[in-house]
Amino acid sequence: MSNDVLVLAEHRDGAVSDVTFELLGKAREIAASWGGRTVALLLGQRELAAELGAADTVQCAEHAALETYNPEAYEAVVLQALEQLEPRLVLTSTTTVGLDLGAALSVRWDAPLVSYVTGLSAGDGTALATAQIYGGKLLAEVELSGPRALCAVLAGSFPHAAGRGETAPTVETLDATGLLDDLRTVVTSVVSPEGGDVDITAADLLVSVGRGIGSQANLEVVEELAEALGAPLAASRPLIDQGWLPKARQVGKSGLSVKPKVYLMFGISGAPEHLEGMRDAELVIACNTDAKAPIFDVADYGTTVDLFDLVPELVSRVAG
Amino acid sequence: MRIAVLLKQIPDLVEDLELAPDGTDVDREFLAFTLNEFDDQALEEALCLKDAGDAEVVAVALEEPDVDQCLYTALAKGADRAVKLTGAGEGWIDGHRRSAILAAWLATAEFDLILTGVQAADDLDGQLPPLLAARLGLPHASVVVRVELKGQVALVRQELGGGTVADEELRLPAVIGIQAARQAPRYASISRIRQAQQAGGLEEVGAPATDAGPGYHLVRLLAPEAAGHAQMLGGSAGEVAERIVELIRAKGL
Ligand SMILES: Cc1cc2nc3c(=O)[nH]c(=O)nc-3n(C[C@H](O)[C@H](O)[C@H](O)COP(=O)(O)OP(=O)(O)OC[C@H]3O[C@@H](n4cnc5c(N)ncnc54)[C@H](O)[C@@H]3O)c2cc1C
Ligand SMILES: Nc1ncnc2c1ncn2[C@@H]1O[C@H](COP(=O)(O)O)[C@@H](O)[C@H]1O
Repeated sequence: MSNDVLVLAEHRDGAVSDVTFELLGKAREIAASWGGRTVALLLGQRELAAELGAADTVQCAEHAALETYNPEAYEAVVLQALEQLEPRLVLTSTTTVGLDLGAALSVRWDAPLVSYVTGLSAGDGTALATAQIYGGKLLAEVELSGPRALCAVLAGSFPHAAGRGETAPTVETLDATGLLDDLRTVVTSVVSPEGGDVDITAADLLVSVGRGIGSQANLEVVEELAEALGAPLAASRPLIDQGWLPKARQVGKSGLSVKPKVYLMFGISGAPEHLEGMRDAELVIACNTDAKAPIFDVADYGTTVDLFDLVPELVSRVAG
Repeated sequence: MRIAVLLKQIPDLVEDLELAPDGTDVDREFLAFTLNEFDDQALEEALCLKDAGDAEVVAVALEEPDVDQCLYTALAKGADRAVKLTGAGEGWIDGHRRSAILAAWLATAEFDLILTGVQAADDLDGQLPPLLAARLGLPHASVVVRVELKGQVALVRQELGGGTVADEELRLPAVIGIQAARQAPRYASISRIRQAQQAGGLEEVGAPATDAGPGYHLVRLLAPEAAGHAQMLGGSAGEVAERIVELIRAKGL
């Protein structure tokens, strides 16, 4: 065992993901208090190592099977790295990569895992994690006192400035020979999002609608408002999965991230996966009949008036 | 082709969650339970695979409040068998233990494909699909929105975030966590569910024993203290609308 903190670096479309810098900043803080090092693990795309200067060392593995995320290939290489490096704490994010790998490594490397972590501090010989549960309705405080642990951190939980290092890190090579010869998982293609009929990421004003709308037929109500305001209509995931609106309208973790000047939302509860896509909006106005909906913890202005009462009033004021 | 679909009941989040006296679980006594929404998607995808070819669909669940109803609903929708693993205990069971119980049973039943929901809201120690796959030594992918079968290979589409997706081929058997089925979940009428109930056919099997656990110490659950709270706009719908229009205008829009 060491006192090192290891960060699994993530990249997409040839760039290091923002959440990786959040993890690096937090890792440095914890490693410093334990007297250990900060290690970044970078699979594929070795040229990105230069950006990971907040780490003391970057461990790189390269192989054709690691160019883009392949659950089985990544898992094999990360597992070997953990066995060799024996970090005390491993930080991943709660993206698809983090979700897939975290739990599998927890079993295979035999280390406890806390998922959806939003707070993390080093105690005397322990780590104390705070994690969201029940869609953010409750928090769990968890003590990790064993010799190794994994935490999957919710994006947006820590500042990323502390994880952007100035100096070039030491880069070392991890040997993946023999690990990736007989994979049962093959990635055949990676498809980036297609442009939709409208670009919701470019709008200054967005009207966004969630499951509170109840049915596809009811969508007309908010469509009329969006039109009157000259704003595109965005939505939460369940509406897209129902096929009520095209995928290019989805805001959130697995959809698009938006930063409008005003985000006007109706019938959206504020699940962490939705917040991930609209946290940077300048002004958030939320309509939700449930006064305890988590969205009111992040919105600037809120109302519990029923959307079916409110939207027609808005339409008449804007159109009139 | 034998497909297992794992179903799980979770507390209905529309309700308030009260804490149990010891502070490490929610008070389950008066809670309403409902099927995890992603499991409904997993069941739909399994039934679509059955519709498209020759597959047997087995719905599997640990004993939990109202779980019989959800297993009978699966039968009414077209699942061939429903299995309930009993005796694992009451209250919240952590993911490590759940995955160990389910893996032990699944290993005895020779499945080609295991579908689960991508995650459930009461996850604290990781998501079941990778936990299960690691125990069974199988390939896995989560956050999947499409599954097709070609012989002993599953073609899946995995969402990587930000709208980017990867198409992957997994050699079976494999474990797949479903985010969304290819179509909205089908509906089973109350009378069909009743019929399934009357026909019986729920198989009950004792849950295999395990000493697996999450390996950490859960200190307590607590209600989050919000960093901020929206300024609430009171008054009639008309008054609230008036204020919202002003707020938008104030932003120069
Ligand atoms: C891996 C993963 C990725 C995900 N990615 C995304 C993503 O990219 N984007 C996303 O949005 N979600 C995503 N989700 C889903 C997310 O967890 C939530 O399920 C989803 O955001 C909930 O959508 P919602 O708020 O519209 O619905 P609900 O949570 O059902 O909320 C509906 C709300 O409407 C309110 N309401 C009901 N009637 C009315 C009325 N008449 N007037 C006003 N309010 C009303 C209710 O009080 C309720 O709060 C993802 C989940 C997973 C597991
Ligand atoms: N007790 C259980 N019984 C059956 N299936 C389960 C159980 N727990 C989890 N699952 C399955 O695993 C998925 C992910 O659950 P979880 O990882 O617990 O969030 C669920 O959506 C179910 O499909």
